[in-house]
Order: sequence, then structure tokens, then C-alpha cells
Amino acid sequence: MNLATLQREVARAVMTPLAPSERMRRKSSNGKSLAKVAAHIIKPNDRLTSFERLEIYNRQYWFRVLDGFYEDFPGLCAVLGDRRFDAVAKAYLTDCPSRSFTMRDLGSRLESWLRKHPEQLTSSVAALRPPGNRSAAALARHPRYQLALDMVRLEWAEIETFDSAAEPPVNLSTLQKANPAKLRLKLQPYIRLLDLRYPVDDLLLAIKHETGTNVASNAMAERQKRKNVSAMARLKPVPTYLAVHRFDNMVYFRRLEREEFGILAALHHGKTLERAIEAGFRKSRTPIEQQASDTSAWFRNWAALGWFTE
Amino acid sequence: MPANRFNSSTTFGVGIGLRIPHYDHILTKKPTCEWFEIISENFMVDGGRPLEILDQILAQYKVVQHGVSMYFGSAEKLNREHLRRLKNLVRRTKTPWLSDHLCWGSVDGRYTHDLLPMPYTFEAARITAQKIKEVRDYLEVPVVVENVSSYAEFHVSEMTEWEFLNEVVERADCGILLDVNNIYVSSQNHNFSPLTYVNAVPAERVAQIHIAGHSKYRKYILDTHDHPVIDPVWKLYDRAIQRVGHTATLLEWDDRIPSFDEVHHEALKANKYLASASLAAAV
Repeated sequence: MNLATLQREVARAVMTPLAPSERMRRKSSNGKSLAKVAAHIIKPNDRLTSFERLEIYNRQYWFRVLDGFYEDFPGLCAVLGDRRFDAVAKAYLTDCPSRSFTMRDLGSRLESWLRKHPEQLTSSVAALRPPGNRSAAALARHPRYQLALDMVRLEWAEIETFDSAAEPPVNLSTLQKANPAKLRLKLQPYIRLLDLRYPVDDLLLAIKHETGTNVASNAMAERQKRKNVSAMARLKPVPTYLAVHRFDNMVYFRRLEREEFGILAALHHGKTLERAIEAGFRKSRTPIEQQASDTSAWFRNWAALGWFTE
Repeated sequence: MPANRFNSSTTFGVGIGLRIPHYDHILTKKPTCEWFEIISENFMVDGGRPLEILDQILAQYKVVQHGVSMYFGSAEKLNREHLRRLKNLVRRTKTPWLSDHLCWGSVDGRYTHDLLPMPYTFEAARITAQKIKEVRDYLEVPVVVENVSSYAEFHVSEMTEWEFLNEVVERADCGILLDVNNIYVSSQNHNFSPLTYVNAVPAERVAQIHIAGHSKYRKYILDTHDHPVIDPVWKLYDRAIQRVGHTATLLEWDDRIPSFDEVHHEALKANKYLASASLAAAV
């Protein structure tokens, strides 16, 4: 057996999802007996069979990636509950194993995967609904699905914002001197703009705060989990516009007005300053006379935060 | 051999792995520590707090890079994006040497994020050595490879682990990061004498030594880096130092990490062995 073949066989076995007992399954995803695969490739010793030796790596693989996934998406876990989150994590990591040298990128395809698999987020709810109402489109409109998707987008944005590049910022006086009809501004590479259906930023901050403060007590953590579930049930959809950004290398969630978001999104898409302001106030109810003062205040804030680069 | 071409002729003493729980202590108290080993992948990013912390550490301490996902032994080609980012980091840290593991962990672009053991075959040695040379030539820094701990052995193996290590480093003309804890763990899991392994390593190629703790289970030992170093590992370390001489030594502690002082204190126990090796060399 050559090196490439051996490594494919072993990797397939190692990445095979664990059985519910958290032991190695009897068969791999392609139907092969893992006991036979192990016996063919791995020597037994006086204490462990070939299967048991392979199983050490299989279990380590899943414990490692599931731990990493949980660390990256505590908000999604709070939205879904432990059991559903665990099922989503295993299904996602089976379909989308890491393709990066760093565990940091483990969740990079989660949003797109969930959009293709809405049933993964809603099946427990869908099971209670009449069969005719369980199409993928119906599932995708389910409030729990939208809430979960918003949370995933926020948590992934936080990961990206944490260690993305920063460019030298443009200061306010440069902006004031420029011709708005020609000026195109870039946002800092670390900024992520999110239009969300739910105010998941507050929820995520609450979850993180509580996780951080209750580590010493399991009883407190359990009580907090129950509080989180009821907070989730009470959470109403409210259009939420957010910039996930950094200041002094700490990640922050900054709420934006709809118009603010519109201007920043237009700038991000390469519009000139003039066009971006027009786009931001399109369909706005803000009185014309207030628009200039709002815009001026926003640009002062954005410049102070160093959000623009040339 | 306190200094050799595989560690850029440096004479580092005892260091510890740079870990997040110690950041505040290190940056505020500025404790004495001869050098830190960083996990390269934690800093192969474009910006933000990881690089800010790294720059502050670099301003005050010597730093050596240690990687966990180059996978010299994977049959597939090297990941160019990985190499590009690693080179940027090498330029930033000016690491005198760069280490990663003699193992594999990726197949067809999919990563296990584990340090999987090699089949000890001549084909594997040839492929692995070729990739080590490619990395060294691209990064323009001495590359040293670390022996991993393992829980499985392959039927196809044509030699012992230490023979495979020697085959690879001779073919690649690279250095060795000798992990004596890994030797101990594997020796218990595979029933071989750890002293035979240590005695077989080409002393002139050892650029650095790792020490660490592990966890013992009923049927096997896991390399968990969450305990102090046990006496049998110190004995192996002693033997390695007798053979190799005063060598840069690094304590790894990655889980259930105690205070900086506790980790550093554990690492400094190595000085006793280093001192006697220096004395023996002087005599």
C-alpha cells in the first residue's frame, strides 16, 4: 500500500462520525467495515486491537473539531439548545471538513451550508407541524431558522473581525477637503456590515458575559442556560443594522441606523461618497433638513473610529 | 553541541511555550524567561490582537516558531497559502529556526488537525524529506522536525521510528527537535526501549529538545501536555543532554495550564541537567 492510499484510508476512518456512544462506528461512510480497514492497516499490540488503536484517532479528531466548533459558536448553541447544536455541528463537520491549515476557519462555510440545509435548524419544530407545511422554503421562513442564521452570521463576523488586517486610516480633514462626487472610500478590511432580522448582538453579549462569569458553578450555568432559552423565546424580530468592528484591537458590535448602514454598504461596494449618501437615504423618512446633520455626525464618528482607508 | 547549523548557531537555554492565559502576566510583569516558543498557526493572521501581542513579546523576548500543520509527511503537495503566511511570520519574528512535526494530517485538501503517525517506509521518507527541503528553501530558515507521540503502528512499516527519523533527516539534511516526552509515550504504547531511541538519534542534528507531561490510561498513554514532567522523562532528557550537549529546551504545557510561574518553574528544572552537561564538556 503506498503512502497516498494509506493516508486516504486512515483519514476516511478518522473522519467518520462517531457512534452515539462516542465510540468508533462499525462501518465507514462508504460502507467498509472499519474493523477490516483497521486490521489491514494497523498492527494490534498486547493491549489494544487494531480497531481500538484507530479509534483513539477517530475520537480525538471529533472531540477536537467539536470543541473548536463549540468555542466559535456559543451563540448558535444557545439558540438551538445543546442537543440540536450537537447534531448540527456533526452534520456540518461531516459535510464540510476543514480545508484550512487553521482551526480558525472551521466555521467559514457554516452560513452557506445552513442555507442549503434549513431542516438542520428547524427539524424539531417542523416535526410538530402539519406535513404539508414542511417544505424547505417553509422551513427557511421559520423564526428559529432566521434567528439561528443571524447568530451564525454575527459569530462568523466576529471571528473574521478579530484578526483581519487594518490599513492606515483616513482622517476627517481629508474627507472634508475631498470632492464627494469623486471620492471613493474603502472600509477597513476588518469591518463586517450585517443586516439582521433579530437583535442577536445583545443576546450574544449576554451569553458570553454569563459564560464567562459562571464557570465556577454548574448549577448557576444550568440556571443561566434556562434563562437564555426563555430569553430566546421572547426575542422578537427587529430589523438590526450592525457594524462588527475593532477598536484598540478589541471587537465591538456597533448598532447603525438603517441610513448609516446604507451609506457604509454603498461605500463598501465602491460607490462614490455622493452616490453612497444618496443610496443611504433612499426611501428614508428622515426629513431632508436633518439628513445633512446626521450624515455629518456619522462621518465624524466613523472617522474617529478609523473606519475608512483610501 | 550548544549551537549548530540547524539552530542558526544559537545558544538558547530553557524556554516555555507562549500561551494565552499567560499573556497578561508576561506583558505586565515582564518575567525573566530566556525564550518563548510560539505556535506559528496562531499568528499567521493579517492583523488584530494576535499580532499586537506578538509584537510586544518580540520587543522583549527571543521567540522561536513551532508549527502544527505543515504536515511534511502528507502525500499531497504543500499548501502554498500556508507557506506564504508562514514566510510573512518568519520575517516578522526572525525566528532562528522553525520546527514542525514529522507526521501527516491532511488528505486531498482536508485537514484532520491532528499529528498522525507516519508509516515508516522508504517511500514516505523520500516524500517527507523532499517536502522539508522545499519548505526550507522557500522560507530561507533552518527547518527542524519533531518526532510525534503515537498510538498506532502500520503493517507497511519497513523500519523502526528512529530509523525512519534518521532516514528523513539525512535525506533532507535538516535538524531534529527531539521530544523526549513523545519518545517515552510512544515507547510505552509500542513496547520499545526509549533509551534505544535516544541513543540512535544523530546528536549533531539536534537543534532543540521538548519536554512535557502526559496522561496515563489503562491501556495506553496520551500525549496531553497537561501535567508536570515525570521522572522517567527527565531521565530520558538527562540521557539526551549527555549525548547532545547543552541544547535549547522547551517545556510544553497546553491544557489545564497553571500560572506562568508554575510552568516556568517546571521548565527550569532542566537547568540541573544542562549544567551537568556543560560541566562534563568543560572537564
